[in-house]
Amino acid sequence: MTEIVVIARLVPDLVEELEIATSGTALDLAWLRLIINEFDNHAIEQAIILKERSGATVTIISPEAEGVEDMLFTTAAKGADKLIKLTGVGEEKPTNLSMAQTLAEIIKEINPDLVLTGVQAHDDFTGDLAPQLADLLDMPYVGYISGISLGDGKATAYKEYPGGILAEMEIALPAVLGIQSSEEPPRYVAISKVRQMMNTASIEDRDAGVLETDSGVVIDRMYLPEVADRAEMLEGDEEEVASKLIAILQDLGLL
Amino acid sequence: MTQDIFLLIEHIQGQVSDISYIMAAAARELAQNEGDSVIGILFGSGAEGLKDSLAVDKVIYCDHPTLSEFTSDAYKRTLISLLEDYSPRAILFGNTTLGADVSSSLAAHLKFPIINSCLKISDSGGIISQICGGKIMVDSQLADKTTLITVNPGGYKPEEGQSSSSPETITFSPPDLENLKVQLTQYIEPEAGDVDISQEKILIAIGRGIQTEDNIELADELAELLGGAVCASRPVIDQGWLSTSRLVGRSGKKVKPDLYLCLGISGATEHIEAITDSKTIIAVNSDPDAPIFDIAQYGIEVDLFDFIDPLLEQIENAKND
Ligand SMILES: Cc1cc2nc3c(=O)[nH]c(=O)nc-3n(C[C@H](O)[C@H](O)[C@H](O)COP(=O)(O)OP(=O)(O)OC[C@H]3O[C@@H](n4cnc5c(N)ncnc54)[C@H](O)[C@@H]3O)c2cc1C
Repeated sequence: MTEIVVIARLVPDLVEELEIATSGTALDLAWLRLIINEFDNHAIEQAIILKERSGATVTIISPEAEGVEDMLFTTAAKGADKLIKLTGVGEEKPTNLSMAQTLAEIIKEINPDLVLTGVQAHDDFTGDLAPQLADLLDMPYVGYISGISLGDGKATAYKEYPGGILAEMEIALPAVLGIQSSEEPPRYVAISKVRQMMNTASIEDRDAGVLETDSGVVIDRMYLPEVADRAEMLEGDEEEVASKLIAILQDLGLL
Repeated sequence: MTQDIFLLIEHIQGQVSDISYIMAAAARELAQNEGDSVIGILFGSGAEGLKDSLAVDKVIYCDHPTLSEFTSDAYKRTLISLLEDYSPRAILFGNTTLGADVSSSLAAHLKFPIINSCLKISDSGGIISQICGGKIMVDSQLADKTTLITVNPGGYKPEEGQSSSSPETITFSPPDLENLKVQLTQYIEPEAGDVDISQEKILIAIGRGIQTEDNIELADELAELLGGAVCASRPVIDQGWLSTSRLVGRSGKKVKPDLYLCLGISGATEHIEAITDSKTIIAVNSDPDAPIFDIAQYGIEVDLFDFIDPLLEQIENAKND
């Protein structure tokens, strides 16, 4: 049976206001709302699609964070078979290399054919997780993937290039693939089904061990962008703003 | 370790990508002292000529049939071999579909520190990065050993990294490139779309804020009234609501319309890097802090669903006058 491992991470929800910690060199995590990394969500969907297409065991591994259990049970409701939570991750964001080292040890025990995760996470500053994981596992890596089919000892994957071009890549398995988008949009599952999973599925805890937070790169400062020339905001109610917009379009000769 | 700054030149189907020139411009800023060289790394097959327009001091060129087009495994192997001979201060990679396939795995392999998403180099040689979809900036410094940096477009113009004088070539012999685990089998060109958004003068761009497929009708109506076309950000395309030919951004098309009117688009880096050549950008968004307002000329902070109907009505009136 094909073994697929998916790494799913929670990241700050960008719809919320982000704040900088008093240290001035990290995000303030206290008030941050976390959501699943969009591309990891696509990786989960792609894994479930592959399972439905030709059978597979899907294991989801997630570093501990506020809301991680709900997220894991949601993946079970979608069809994931095994759930692993990495505990002892701590407040400070570890380097991706250190996270990859910890994950690699667990993944080696599972001995998967395919490891999927999001091509990037928007809060990453110390490299991308997926290619680092690939190196540590001595597996090939290809990212920006938007479709996979599995064959005998190999995967055919479609890698996105600028301008809508796809590069068809043949990759020897086992491999790590960085998912950009799944072949179908990520499915929704009913809350009732997630609740049911909370009673029936179980999450295995694994200790993350010692995680490194220093990548060797010194961060001087983290801050919100200082904007030189922000948009001129059109003020007023909807009707007024609409007529101002029309005046601008007329000025530009577009209407 | 030398103080030289290296960059990996990206090319696809015989074309050097803009990011290569952008990196050349960034590398020049990073090479702070007289005598520090900016050196391009070029892999290809009969592709030495691709170095010609790049503003670098030298190019290390490696020729091999397998390197004619990018694949991660062949590039990584060749880079590892090259870095046995060279020890630069920093190596720049595009934060792109090519660069990002090798930069982090090379960093892990060689235990080199890596900095993501560099936008600019500061006057003092610091790295200014942009993360969290453009909502957070990070100032950092190179580590005390060879540091890898992934570069986002947007901080420098490609022209700043172009030159008419051809750089000197140093050739490098390829390592063993047998038994590679990644092979390129073919490029698949996009189906000829109904419209070519890169040529349109007026674009109505919709993002996740449009919420449902049915609401796209509103954008269609607006486009029709203004004589333009509808395009979109990634989440709309990923839902399958519009064809990939309508995607604007890093993995889609670059556009340069007279008017880019965006509805419910937050302004993530991967999106806005493809719209900066627009003449006028007008953004409609209910979040006053949306980064899109930082690059738009005009901003409208409203719920787009309260706004479109009065807008459609007034445009019709204006056209009838
Ligand atoms: C490797 C890589 C490549 C990528 N390539 C691309 C690419 O080519 N193109 C691209 O677009 N993205 C790309 N992305 C994704 C990118 O990072 C963002 O996730 C994406 O651009 C966000 O799209 P959005 O602005 O539509 O959605 P969101 O960021 O979710 O923003 C939605 C916005 O709508 C607003 N809104 C919500 N409701 C309303 C309302 N009723 N009225 C008004 N405003 C409302 C919200 O305030 C918010 O600002 C890429 C990402 C990666 C990692």
